[in-house]
Amino acid sequence: MTTILYAGALLGILGLIFGLVLTFASKKFHVDVDERVGQVKECLGGANCGACGYAGCDAFAQAVVDGKAPVNGCAPAGEKGIKEISRIMGMEAPDTEKMVARVLCQGTSGIAKDRYKYDGYQSCAVAASLAGGPKDCRFACIGLGDCQDKCAFDAIKMQDGIAVIDPDKCTACGACVKACPRSVIKLMPLSQNVIVRCRNEDAARLARAVCMDACIGCGRCKKECQYDAIVVENGYARINPDKCTRCGACAQVCPCKCITID
Amino acid sequence: MFKKTFRRGIHPLHNQHEGKGPTRHLPIEDYVSDSVVIPMNTNIGAPSVPCVKKGDLVKMGQVIATAGGFVGVPVHASVSGEVTAVEPIPYLGSVPAMAITIKNDFNDTWCDLSPLGSVEQVDPAKVIPAIQAAGITGMGGASFPTHVKLTFREGASCDTIVVNGAECETHLTADHRLMLENSTRIVDGLRAVMRALKVGKGIIAIEDNKPDAIAAMQKAAQGRDGVSVQPLKTKYPQGGEKQLIEAVTGRQVPSGKLPIDVHVVVLNVGTCAAIADAIIDGKPLISRVTTVTGHVVNPKNLRLRIGTIAGDAIGYCGGFSQEPGKIFFGGAMTGICIPNTQVPMAKSTNGIVVFNEKEGKSKDESPCIRCGRCVAACPIGLNPYQIKVAADKSDFAAAEKLHVNDCMLCGSCAYACPSRRWLTPSFKFAKDKLAAEAKAKAQGGANK
Repeated sequence: MTTILYAGALLGILGLIFGLVLTFASKKFHVDVDERVGQVKECLGGANCGACGYAGCDAFAQAVVDGKAPVNGCAPAGEKGIKEISRIMGMEAPDTEKMVARVLCQGTSGIAKDRYKYDGYQSCAVAASLAGGPKDCRFACIGLGDCQDKCAFDAIKMQDGIAVIDPDKCTACGACVKACPRSVIKLMPLSQNVIVRCRNEDAARLARAVCMDACIGCGRCKKECQYDAIVVENGYARINPDKCTRCGACAQVCPCKCITID
Repeated sequence: MFKKTFRRGIHPLHNQHEGKGPTRHLPIEDYVSDSVVIPMNTNIGAPSVPCVKKGDLVKMGQVIATAGGFVGVPVHASVSGEVTAVEPIPYLGSVPAMAITIKNDFNDTWCDLSPLGSVEQVDPAKVIPAIQAAGITGMGGASFPTHVKLTFREGASCDTIVVNGAECETHLTADHRLMLENSTRIVDGLRAVMRALKVGKGIIAIEDNKPDAIAAMQKAAQGRDGVSVQPLKTKYPQGGEKQLIEAVTGRQVPSGKLPIDVHVVVLNVGTCAAIADAIIDGKPLISRVTTVTGHVVNPKNLRLRIGTIAGDAIGYCGGFSQEPGKIFFGGAMTGICIPNTQVPMAKSTNGIVVFNEKEGKSKDESPCIRCGRCVAACPIGLNPYQIKVAADKSDFAAAEKLHVNDCMLCGSCAYACPSRRWLTPSFKFAKDKLAAEAKAKAQGGANK
């Protein structure tokens, strides 16, 4: 009976000593943690996507509080998140427009011609290095899903041989833009709903030969545009989102149907 | 005679490389097509620069494109006739390649040739410039410019030249036939290089599945000082440069080093024959022996002009005997699939192999079971399954630490894998990415 009492007392005393040591240590070695770090982290995308350039959401939150990173550095945080971070940091929210990633290709399996049947390693980058890629057009979306693999927000689906991005889920982190070996994904303002969906640089004859929907650089859209928002360069048309009024007149006249209105 | 070999490796197609059966007994036939399309970027270095224009009349052997740098070669007209196009064509790389199309007039008029005389009399200092002028690249598959290989950096020395007659690839018999029919030329080419580099020892290495070639080369080498023939056990990838050096000399080329670091130079038998042609006859490299085999009606060993369209060569062999699934330039292990039959062959195309749909179909991957057969197969001693994990995660730094850059993409690991994992393509992907990163870094450094 006494043995168990001794043991219990010994453990009790040991616990008391350790408790005192720990209390002393926590007071002595106390580090002030800025409570804003936690608050900022709450507002972020939370996917550790790394698009901000930091190791993850924790590192980015710390950098924002330290003043090393801009408050709008996290694209996935969205407009609401950036406003909240600015409030926490006691700054005015910078004027940022919501961006989304857009796929500038409509070369689905019936439209863009196939050069060969590819059933090798399922990666766009590998397929692109083999004889110019499985599609005849060397600027087309290959559709093997390198962007889908990199998307942390499940916003990209492969449909009928090309990538399709859901603008609601897209946070414009830019991971897909980096992953695409063909550079057919570009970040654009969400409001820019009139889009030239082709980047074929070849001459009209060659472009048309490989894809029914290729931009041939004819310039009809440029003539139609009253706001001087369209330039035709490198064989394809581009719309300047600052000048474009989203009237959609260009899409009406495009003979190749490569300007779309979402 | 004692037969040597290297460590590890595999035996593809167990019945002694059964793919070689249909063509190994067939003599080399000449075939000339109506027109040739000669691509400019066929050597591994800088692409050549065209120096003729549409409408020009060219003679056979005339220079039609100059070297794009020291690591580059001039290109010569492989037929006489009229230049009908100088424009980019879709080729085997990611971007289109410049190519010169020549319509053949079937006269085969040679341009003025300047032979250097016999191998015994040639001025050693003139050999390497002659090789450069003849546009000779390695004809085993990698197409590295031969004059660059033979120009050593400061302090390097060579004591042995190994001639690669292993032909370990399945299906191919081009080198085999060349050794039987042109054995003297091969020995002459080897002796010319030995003379130019002042090397006393030349070894012709041949796998033992070609006993007739071993006998023919031994006969040709008889009485030639320093030239000997070394039979090797048949195993893949014995024709890999570093494996061949290990098999023949017992020396291992360290990671990231070149054969010259162990004082060896390796030349393909085709390259040796081309060197002899360049020196004795003054002829540039305009044709090569290519095995057209697989599912074609009459498989053949053909001497093709550089730039012959694959479809023309297949048509000469009677066309496809079955619906083609894949067509390879090169052997079935390391060859490159061509997208259609309109692709022209290059200086390194040692075979055109046709697979039917069943043979060409890719198998689905299943998970790695950690059996280690890939490790046992890898001739370099890498850990393929670990590199695959790193490469699939796009962790290229980890792949580099596992020495993915030493991988020569022989495909032994993928062949040995019971789960049919796609090991080799992911290594190629990782190597390409690392090379691109290194290039970007070097350019960034140069701009600063």
